Amino acid sequence: MSTVTHPDPTEHAGHPPLPHVRKVAMWAFLGSECLFFGSLISTFLLYRNRTGDGPAAADIFDIPFTSISSFILLMSSLTMVLAHHASERKDWRRMRVWLLATALLGMTFLAGQVFEFTEFVHHGLTVSTSPFGSSFFVLTGFHGAHVAVGVIMLLATAFMSFGGKLRADGGMNVELVGLYWHFVDIVWIVIFTVVYLLQV
Amino acid sequence: MAEAAHRPHPTTRQYWEIALILAVITGAEVSVTYIDALDAVVVPLLLVMAVAKFWMVVAFFMHLRFDKPIYRNLFLIGIVATPLLFGAVLFTFGVLIG
Repeated sequence: MSTVTHPDPTEHAGHPPLPHVRKVAMWAFLGSECLFFGSLISTFLLYRNRTGDGPAAADIFDIPFTSISSFILLMSSLTMVLAHHASERKDWRRMRVWLLATALLGMTFLAGQVFEFTEFVHHGLTVSTSPFGSSFFVLTGFHGAHVAVGVIMLLATAFMSFGGKLRADGGMNVELVGLYWHFVDIVWIVIFTVVYLLQV
Repeated sequence: MAEAAHRPHPTTRQYWEIALILAVITGAEVSVTYIDALDAVVVPLLLVMAVAKFWMVVAFFMHLRFDKPIYRNLFLIGIVATPLLFGAVLFTFGVLIG
Protein backbone atom coordinates (compact mmCIF):
# COMPACT_ATOMS: atom_id res chain seq x y z
CA MET A 1 0.00 0.00 0.00
CA SER A 2 1.45 3.30 -1.01
CA THR A 3 1.75 6.04 1.55
CA VAL A 4 0.07 9.31 0.67
CA THR A 5 1.82 12.35 2.09
CA HIS A 6 -0.28 15.46 2.50
CA PRO A 7 1.73 18.57 1.76
CA ASP A 8 1.50 21.55 4.02
CA PRO A 9 -1.39 23.59 2.55
CA THR A 10 0.63 26.77 3.06
CA GLU A 11 3.54 25.50 0.99
CA HIS A 12 3.36 25.61 -2.81
CA ALA A 13 6.16 25.08 -5.26
CA GLY A 14 7.63 28.41 -6.25
CA HIS A 15 5.52 30.41 -3.81
CA PRO A 16 7.06 32.34 -0.95
CA PRO A 17 6.54 30.88 2.52
CA LEU A 18 3.38 32.00 4.33
CA PRO A 19 5.15 33.78 7.26
CA HIS A 20 7.01 35.98 4.74
CA VAL A 21 3.74 36.78 2.93
CA ARG A 22 2.02 37.66 6.21
CA LYS A 23 4.87 39.94 7.17
CA VAL A 24 4.85 41.64 3.77
CA ALA A 25 1.11 42.17 4.16
CA MET A 26 1.60 43.69 7.62
CA TRP A 27 4.29 46.11 6.39
CA ALA A 28 2.13 47.10 3.41
CA PHE A 29 -0.76 47.71 5.83
CA LEU A 30 1.46 49.82 8.09
CA GLY A 31 2.67 51.81 5.08
CA SER A 32 -0.95 52.57 4.20
CA GLU A 33 -1.66 53.50 7.82
CA CYS A 34 1.07 56.17 7.54
CA LEU A 35 -1.08 57.84 4.90
CA PHE A 36 -4.22 57.46 7.01
CA PHE A 37 -2.67 59.19 10.01
CA GLY A 38 -0.84 61.61 7.72
CA SER A 39 -4.15 62.87 6.40
CA LEU A 40 -5.55 63.27 9.93
CA ILE A 41 -2.42 65.11 11.15
CA SER A 42 -2.41 67.45 8.15
CA THR A 43 -6.11 68.18 8.78
CA PHE A 44 -5.27 69.03 12.38
CA LEU A 45 -2.45 71.34 11.25
CA LEU A 46 -4.85 73.06 8.90
CA TYR A 47 -7.45 73.74 11.59
CA ARG A 48 -5.33 74.08 14.74
CA ASN A 49 -5.87 77.85 14.94
CA ARG A 50 -9.56 77.80 14.10
CA THR A 51 -10.83 77.58 17.64
CA GLY A 52 -13.99 79.68 17.26
CA ASP A 53 -15.48 80.41 20.68
CA GLY A 54 -13.88 77.34 22.19
CA PRO A 55 -10.59 77.01 24.05
CA ALA A 56 -7.25 76.87 22.23
CA ALA A 57 -4.62 74.17 22.68
CA ALA A 58 -2.49 76.31 25.02
CA ASP A 59 -5.51 76.90 27.30
CA ILE A 60 -6.29 73.26 27.99
CA PHE A 61 -3.32 71.01 27.20
CA ASP A 62 -1.70 69.51 30.27
CA ILE A 63 1.79 68.73 28.97
CA PRO A 64 3.14 67.02 32.14
CA PHE A 65 0.16 64.64 32.15
CA THR A 66 0.42 63.87 28.42
CA SER A 67 4.19 63.41 28.81
CA ILE A 68 3.59 60.66 31.36
CA SER A 69 1.05 59.02 29.01
CA SER A 70 3.59 59.22 26.19
CA PHE A 71 6.27 57.70 28.39
CA ILE A 72 3.93 54.83 29.31
CA LEU A 73 3.19 54.09 25.64
CA LEU A 74 6.88 54.33 24.79
CA MET A 75 7.75 51.83 27.50
CA SER A 76 5.04 49.49 26.20
CA SER A 77 7.17 49.22 23.06
CA LEU A 78 9.98 47.92 25.25
CA THR A 79 7.77 45.28 26.90
CA MET A 80 6.44 44.33 23.44
CA VAL A 81 9.88 43.79 21.98
CA LEU A 82 10.84 41.77 25.07
CA ALA A 83 7.75 39.58 24.48
CA HIS A 84 8.85 39.03 20.90
CA HIS A 85 12.40 38.33 22.04
CA ALA A 86 11.08 35.73 24.52
CA SER A 87 8.96 34.08 21.82
CA GLU A 88 12.02 33.77 19.57
CA ARG A 89 13.73 31.92 22.42
CA LYS A 90 10.55 29.85 22.92
CA ASP A 91 10.33 31.10 26.47
CA TRP A 92 6.50 31.07 26.45
CA ARG A 93 5.98 31.90 30.10
CA ARG A 94 8.10 35.05 29.92
CA MET A 95 6.51 35.97 26.59
CA ARG A 96 3.06 35.87 28.25
CA VAL A 97 4.27 38.06 31.09
CA TRP A 98 5.60 40.71 28.69
CA LEU A 99 2.51 40.54 26.48
CA LEU A 100 0.26 41.11 29.47
CA ALA A 101 2.53 43.92 30.71
CA THR A 102 2.23 45.55 27.28
CA ALA A 103 -1.57 45.22 27.37
CA LEU A 104 -1.61 46.72 30.86
CA LEU A 105 0.49 49.70 29.76
CA GLY A 106 -1.78 50.13 26.73
CA MET A 107 -4.86 50.15 28.97
CA THR A 108 -3.18 52.68 31.25
CA PHE A 109 -2.54 54.92 28.25
CA LEU A 110 -6.18 54.57 27.20
CA ALA A 111 -7.38 55.41 30.70
CA GLY A 112 -5.23 58.54 30.56
CA GLN A 113 -6.75 59.47 27.23
CA VAL A 114 -10.28 59.01 28.56
CA PHE A 115 -9.40 61.22 31.55
CA GLU A 116 -7.86 63.84 29.24
CA PHE A 117 -10.89 63.88 26.92
CA THR A 118 -13.20 64.25 29.92
CA GLU A 119 -11.17 67.20 31.18
CA PHE A 120 -11.27 68.86 27.76
CA VAL A 121 -15.04 68.47 27.57
CA HIS A 122 -15.33 70.06 31.03
CA HIS A 123 -13.22 72.95 29.73
CA GLY A 124 -15.61 73.44 26.82
CA LEU A 125 -13.79 71.60 24.01
CA THR A 126 -15.93 68.98 22.28
CA VAL A 127 -15.84 67.43 18.84
CA SER A 128 -18.40 70.02 17.65
CA THR A 129 -17.02 73.13 19.39
CA SER A 130 -14.66 74.21 16.61
CA PRO A 131 -12.65 72.85 13.67
CA PHE A 132 -9.73 72.59 16.12
CA GLY A 133 -11.82 70.42 18.46
CA SER A 134 -13.09 68.23 15.61
CA SER A 135 -9.66 67.61 14.11
CA PHE A 136 -8.10 67.04 17.54
CA PHE A 137 -10.69 64.51 18.74
CA VAL A 138 -10.82 62.68 15.39
CA LEU A 139 -7.02 62.34 15.25
CA THR A 140 -6.41 61.34 18.87
CA GLY A 141 -9.64 59.31 18.96
CA PHE A 142 -8.60 57.24 15.96
CA HIS A 143 -5.21 56.71 17.56
CA GLY A 144 -6.91 55.61 20.78
CA ALA A 145 -9.08 53.19 18.77
CA HIS A 146 -5.90 51.72 17.29
CA VAL A 147 -4.46 51.31 20.79
CA ALA A 148 -7.69 49.58 21.91
CA VAL A 149 -7.50 47.17 18.96
CA GLY A 150 -3.85 46.53 19.85
CA VAL A 151 -4.76 45.73 23.46
CA ILE A 152 -7.37 43.22 22.24
CA MET A 153 -4.77 41.65 19.93
CA LEU A 154 -2.26 41.43 22.78
CA LEU A 155 -4.75 39.79 25.14
CA ALA A 156 -5.92 37.39 22.41
CA THR A 157 -2.30 36.45 21.64
CA ALA A 158 -1.53 35.85 25.32
CA PHE A 159 -4.72 33.77 25.62
CA MET A 160 -3.85 31.73 22.50
CA SER A 161 -0.43 30.94 23.91
CA PHE A 162 -2.02 29.00 26.78
CA GLY A 163 -3.34 26.49 24.24
CA GLY A 164 0.07 26.15 22.62
CA LYS A 165 -1.19 27.64 19.34
CA LEU A 166 1.69 30.08 19.09
CA ARG A 167 4.31 27.35 19.13
CA ALA A 168 3.27 26.06 15.70
CA ASP A 169 3.89 29.35 13.91
CA GLY A 170 7.32 29.99 15.42
CA GLY A 171 6.28 33.22 17.09
CA MET A 172 5.10 34.91 13.87
CA ASN A 173 1.78 35.98 15.47
CA VAL A 174 3.70 37.71 18.26
CA GLU A 175 5.93 39.43 15.72
CA LEU A 176 2.95 40.71 13.70
CA VAL A 177 1.13 41.96 16.79
CA GLY A 178 4.40 43.59 17.84
CA LEU A 179 4.78 45.39 14.51
CA TYR A 180 1.26 46.78 14.86
CA TRP A 181 1.90 47.84 18.44
CA HIS A 182 5.18 49.58 17.65
CA PHE A 183 3.45 51.38 14.80
CA VAL A 184 0.83 52.70 17.20
CA ASP A 185 3.72 53.94 19.33
CA ILE A 186 5.53 55.75 16.50
CA VAL A 187 2.29 57.44 15.46
CA TRP A 188 1.98 58.74 19.01
CA ILE A 189 5.59 59.99 18.89
CA VAL A 190 4.53 62.20 15.97
CA ILE A 191 1.20 63.23 17.55
CA PHE A 192 2.85 64.10 20.86
CA THR A 193 5.30 66.43 19.13
CA VAL A 194 3.08 67.96 16.44
CA VAL A 195 -0.26 68.14 18.27
CA TYR A 196 0.86 68.77 21.85
CA LEU A 197 4.40 70.13 22.23
CA LEU A 198 4.38 72.42 19.18
CA GLN A 199 1.00 73.92 20.06
CA VAL A 200 1.72 75.22 23.56
CA MET B 1 15.74 37.49 -6.11
CA ALA B 2 18.39 37.30 -3.48
CA GLU B 3 17.44 38.96 -0.21
CA ALA B 4 19.92 40.36 2.24
CA ALA B 5 20.75 37.98 5.04
CA HIS B 6 19.22 38.64 8.45
CA ARG B 7 21.49 40.43 10.85
CA PRO B 8 21.34 39.38 14.49
CA HIS B 9 18.69 41.19 16.55
CA PRO B 10 19.72 43.27 19.58
CA THR B 11 20.12 41.58 22.94
CA THR B 12 17.80 42.09 25.92
CA ARG B 13 20.31 44.46 27.46
CA GLN B 14 20.45 46.52 24.24
CA TYR B 15 16.64 46.77 24.18
CA TRP B 16 16.72 48.23 27.70
CA GLU B 17 19.46 50.67 26.66
CA ILE B 18 17.41 51.80 23.66
CA ALA B 19 14.37 52.29 25.91
CA LEU B 20 16.51 54.36 28.28
CA ILE B 21 17.65 56.58 25.41
CA LEU B 22 14.03 56.97 24.28
CA ALA B 23 13.02 57.96 27.81
CA VAL B 24 15.83 60.52 28.01
CA ILE B 25 14.83 62.03 24.65
CA THR B 26 11.19 62.25 25.80
CA GLY B 27 12.34 64.07 28.94
CA ALA B 28 14.43 66.43 26.81
CA GLU B 29 11.45 67.09 24.51
CA VAL B 30 9.31 68.19 27.41
CA SER B 31 12.14 70.19 29.00
CA VAL B 32 12.91 72.30 25.92
CA THR B 33 9.30 73.51 25.76
CA TYR B 34 9.78 75.09 29.22
CA ILE B 35 13.12 76.81 28.47
CA ASP B 36 12.41 80.32 27.18
CA ALA B 37 15.97 80.76 25.90
CA LEU B 38 15.33 78.00 23.35
CA ASP B 39 12.18 79.55 21.90
CA ALA B 40 13.89 80.37 18.63
CA VAL B 41 15.04 76.80 18.02
CA VAL B 42 12.37 74.82 19.84
CA VAL B 43 10.54 73.71 16.67
CA PRO B 44 13.56 72.21 14.86
CA LEU B 45 14.78 70.72 18.17
CA LEU B 46 11.45 68.98 18.80
CA LEU B 47 11.24 67.73 15.22
CA VAL B 48 14.78 66.32 15.33
CA MET B 49 14.07 64.55 18.62
CA ALA B 50 10.78 63.13 17.31
CA VAL B 51 12.54 61.84 14.18
CA ALA B 52 15.27 60.27 16.36
CA LYS B 53 12.67 58.47 18.52
CA PHE B 54 10.71 57.39 15.46
CA TRP B 55 13.83 55.99 13.81
CA MET B 56 14.98 54.15 16.94
CA VAL B 57 11.64 52.40 17.42
CA VAL B 58 11.38 51.46 13.74
CA ALA B 59 15.00 50.38 13.36
CA PHE B 60 15.49 48.48 16.61
CA PHE B 61 12.10 47.54 18.10
CA MET B 62 10.48 46.82 14.72
CA HIS B 63 13.77 45.25 13.53
CA LEU B 64 13.63 47.07 10.21
CA ARG B 65 17.40 47.53 10.38
CA PHE B 66 17.92 43.79 10.59
CA ASP B 67 15.15 42.42 8.36
CA LYS B 68 14.72 41.88 4.64
CA PRO B 69 14.83 45.02 2.48
CA ILE B 70 11.37 44.37 1.06
CA TYR B 71 9.77 45.21 4.43
CA ARG B 72 11.71 48.45 4.68
CA ASN B 73 10.79 49.40 1.12
CA LEU B 74 7.08 48.80 1.71
CA PHE B 75 7.15 50.98 4.79
CA LEU B 76 9.25 53.63 3.02
CA ILE B 77 6.51 54.02 0.41
CA GLY B 78 4.17 55.13 3.20
CA ILE B 79 6.82 57.26 4.90
CA VAL B 80 7.76 59.07 1.68
CA ALA B 81 4.17 59.48 0.51
CA THR B 82 3.00 60.96 3.82
CA PRO B 83 4.92 64.29 3.56
CA LEU B 84 3.71 64.56 -0.04
CA LEU B 85 0.15 64.11 1.24
CA PHE B 86 0.86 66.68 3.98
CA GLY B 87 2.05 69.17 1.37
CA ALA B 88 -0.86 68.51 -0.97
CA VAL B 89 -3.50 68.90 1.75
CA LEU B 90 -1.91 71.99 3.32
CA PHE B 91 -1.36 73.62 -0.08
CA THR B 92 -4.85 72.81 -1.37
CA PHE B 93 -6.85 73.81 1.68
CA GLY B 94 -4.45 76.34 3.17
CA VAL B 95 -3.41 78.26 0.05
CA LEU B 96 -5.67 77.49 -2.91
CA ILE B 97 -8.99 77.36 -1.07
CA GLY B 98 -7.89 79.30 1.99
